[in-house]
Amino acid sequence: MSYMDKSIEELHELLVSGKVTSDELVKESLEKSHEVQEKCNAFVTILDDAKGGEVTDNLLSGIPYGVKDNYSTKGILSTGSSNTLKDYVPFFDATAVVHLNEAGAIKVNKTALDEFGMGGTGTTAHTGVQRNPWDTRRMCSGSSSGSAAAVASGVYPYATGSDTGDSIRKPAAYCGIVGYKPTYGMISRYGLFPYASSLDHLGVLTRNVRDAAIVVDTMKGIDKNDMTSWDSKDVHLLEACTGNIKGKKLCYIKEIVDRDKFKNCGKELKEHLDNYYNVIEKCKKMGFTVDEVSVDQVLLNALPSVYNIISYAEVTSNLSNLTGIIFGPRGEGDNYIDMMKDHRTKGFSPLIKRRFVIGSYVLQKENQERYFRNAQRVRRLLVDRWKEIFKDYDAVILPVASGPAKFLDTSKNVQEENTTLLEEHLQIGNFGGFPSITIPSGFVSDLPVAINITGNCYDDENVLNIAYAIEKELGYANQIAKEVKHD
Amino acid sequence: MTKYIAKIGLEMHCEMSETNSKVFSGAANCYTEVPNSNVRPLDMAFPGTLPVVNKEAVRLALMASMILNCKQPEVLQFERKNYYYPDLPKGFQITQETKPNPMGIYGECEYEFGDEIRKCRINNIHLEEDAASLDHFYKTSNIDYNRAGVPLLELVTEPDIHSADEAVAFLEHMRSVYQYAGISEADSKKGQIRCDVNVSLMDEGLDEMDPANWGTKIEIKNVNSFGGVRDAINYEIKRQTEAKENGTYDEMEQQTRRWDEESGTTIFMRSKADAIDYKYYVEPNIPKIKIEKEWLDEIRKSIPELAMDRKKKYISEYGLSNYDAGVLVKDKNISDYYEKCLELGIDAKVASNWVAVNIIGELNKEGTDIREFYLTPEMLKQIIEGINSGILSSKQAKEVFTKALEEKKEPKNYISKDNAQISDEGELTSLIVKILDENPQQIELYKGGRDNLFDYFVGQVMKNTRGKANPVMTKEILHRELDKR
Repeated sequence: MSYMDKSIEELHELLVSGKVTSDELVKESLEKSHEVQEKCNAFVTILDDAKGGEVTDNLLSGIPYGVKDNYSTKGILSTGSSNTLKDYVPFFDATAVVHLNEAGAIKVNKTALDEFGMGGTGTTAHTGVQRNPWDTRRMCSGSSSGSAAAVASGVYPYATGSDTGDSIRKPAAYCGIVGYKPTYGMISRYGLFPYASSLDHLGVLTRNVRDAAIVVDTMKGIDKNDMTSWDSKDVHLLEACTGNIKGKKLCYIKEIVDRDKFKNCGKELKEHLDNYYNVIEKCKKMGFTVDEVSVDQVLLNALPSVYNIISYAEVTSNLSNLTGIIFGPRGEGDNYIDMMKDHRTKGFSPLIKRRFVIGSYVLQKENQERYFRNAQRVRRLLVDRWKEIFKDYDAVILPVASGPAKFLDTSKNVQEENTTLLEEHLQIGNFGGFPSITIPSGFVSDLPVAINITGNCYDDENVLNIAYAIEKELGYANQIAKEVKHD
Repeated sequence: MTKYIAKIGLEMHCEMSETNSKVFSGAANCYTEVPNSNVRPLDMAFPGTLPVVNKEAVRLALMASMILNCKQPEVLQFERKNYYYPDLPKGFQITQETKPNPMGIYGECEYEFGDEIRKCRINNIHLEEDAASLDHFYKTSNIDYNRAGVPLLELVTEPDIHSADEAVAFLEHMRSVYQYAGISEADSKKGQIRCDVNVSLMDEGLDEMDPANWGTKIEIKNVNSFGGVRDAINYEIKRQTEAKENGTYDEMEQQTRRWDEESGTTIFMRSKADAIDYKYYVEPNIPKIKIEKEWLDEIRKSIPELAMDRKKKYISEYGLSNYDAGVLVKDKNISDYYEKCLELGIDAKVASNWVAVNIIGELNKEGTDIREFYLTPEMLKQIIEGINSGILSSKQAKEVFTKALEEKKEPKNYISKDNAQISDEGELTSLIVKILDENPQQIELYKGGRDNLFDYFVGQVMKNTRGKANPVMTKEILHRELDKR
């Protein structure tokens, strides 16, 4: 009998009624961890000495979970999947981890990620590539690649994630699970290794919407250590999941999903769009109003550059603390400059170094106005446009990515045209700090695909309830990855 | 004859010692000799740490901004200044750019220069964090993170200063402002004040309001004492004057130099062309903070009395001389001591004499701070009451003062009715007659011309009265009685 494929509420019932003990759950979760490590390389650290805990009224008590390795965990190796921190054991917990500890949740592993959350493929961790549990030739996408692979494989009901561009919501889609990042500042960023502070969100990967609500209800809260956090004590996400969607209005953006843009596309993209429009039809039948909305194409086209400029600029300075002098492996050299250079040259992957160079370039005095400041202005325009949309609609509903998980061997991927916005539109959720959730919506080539629902800031209850209602209608909750046959 | 006018601008960094915690972390903000003891995770830039703005530091910075007659911002924001240095653990300093408005812009400050009042315009004042401190040894350097994150107030003046002495007068004025306003001890011995100095020469007769006439700006970095500021400016004026005289001034590039205390010279660091690009941008972890007008009003009302105000009061209300008043207000702690004396009911002039002469003299002799001075205003009052009630002569009072300090005992232990001077004519006469009767030989010698024996008799009287005999009367009676014999 396995338990780790069950939902949080089911597990809590079983624990409270004494049908299973927390120790048994932890044992099973650790065994599964080792299996999934073998198959997907999902973890940086497996906490083999983890023990069960007390079961209380708290839904998370005694239940195992995973922590993304860019969360600071006291006394536990926390690497950010980077060689620059390969030996770093923090002496304090991230605030979100403190909240989970207080709830009685049990950490069983630290999950791998794209180095410091950058890359979006699940291929740049210092411990190697994360493989998709549905098809190990494919990527999980990232950066929460390890968390996605583990939750989809049934290692535990949830793992924490972080999301700067789509790092929770895209891997959730590729792995057939739920990925939710709440409004910016609802969960404190204290103890999260930064990528781009103005875009960084914490969140969770689960197998159903209610579980996401339960976990974020626990992780959230104003924090004296994070000035951008806000008081959400009146937000009750789980209670908001009623399924009542009377009068709710959704919309999608013509310039992102219009079929005319993909007239000559391949089979997988076509099926992906079919799947999406099928969901739209179902939503209408459920009673949602769903409208098509138009956004200035020029504005949208600027999106990827805006993201790159802002996030690369911020990460350049955010990671300037990694010198190997105070923590991390000490570099070699006769003076501090050589020591720092050695540490950073050896420590960072080429992808990150490239971002540092670009980030530095766009912040330079002579370039800053043209690149960085303009990017900030365009970000503001996009956010304003979305806020305008949210005056009329409860949420924007769009497909995630341009199809199912891509191959790790990129030469096998079909190159499609006009897919940039399909791939990148989730970044708007980070620009505006909007609550945004991805839920599975079916299959293309036997692999999971997903839709995303994004609403206005502080409207998390509404967004989760809409997602919960659609999830019920679609029936893909609680999926566990089944390896697809391939030659 | 001067052909040139020196244009001097100052960047004065002052650690704010009077907040409980650092500017962005909860670590204690206090001076300690124990390295790395006042440190929280942010101060060493551990991954995932975030800055939290210290409201008290902002309040005090805004107060300084008001005292300098600056315009306060409506919205507060902070910027990152990016550069690598071992004393900067984050790889950037959180500071404030001059635009749109940090803690204050476009102010004006009046300060005393000798007997004159001078004005200096303030370009801006902003709040930032201090770096860690480095100790360099032969082959290694140690980093002490105690100072990392200590709130630092940077004041930037317009080049309205024209001489080294004027610059020092301005700095002394600002030190006094920081002390009186409770912003900082402003103690340069503790490294709390550091200056960058900008010097250029302008030909006499040109329009000083036009920056084009100001000459080539030379910045001198890291001058850490007022004496250093004076010497560096004088050196730089001399160096630039020579360049003017020998015709090389116009070739001089805008540049940054360093003050080398040992050689007493400034040394070239870099030209403007090689200036570091700090890539300033908004600190994303600190949201923009709206400054409420009510809060500003509250801060304005809470500005304490400053040195100039006290000095005016001492002169007009207490009738002190300009000089004495100046001496008393120079150090806020001394002025506080003085005001405490008045609170205890000591006469303003009497207290002024004791504090300005005896106490300051004692402090200078011992090199101590008045806050560590043994004799409290309450104790000073004991002595002064002794004088007022006629128990102590002024000479005795000074003796009691010295004794109390030497033996660390309250003055009242040395003051009693027994101490009272013997001024009773009859009592003194009979004592003197008795002493003379006992010393016939000395009288003979005295009469024979040994005048100095007079002092011997005075000494005998004092010995017999343990110094309490009224000295003037003693001498009178002695003369009279000796003449009789």
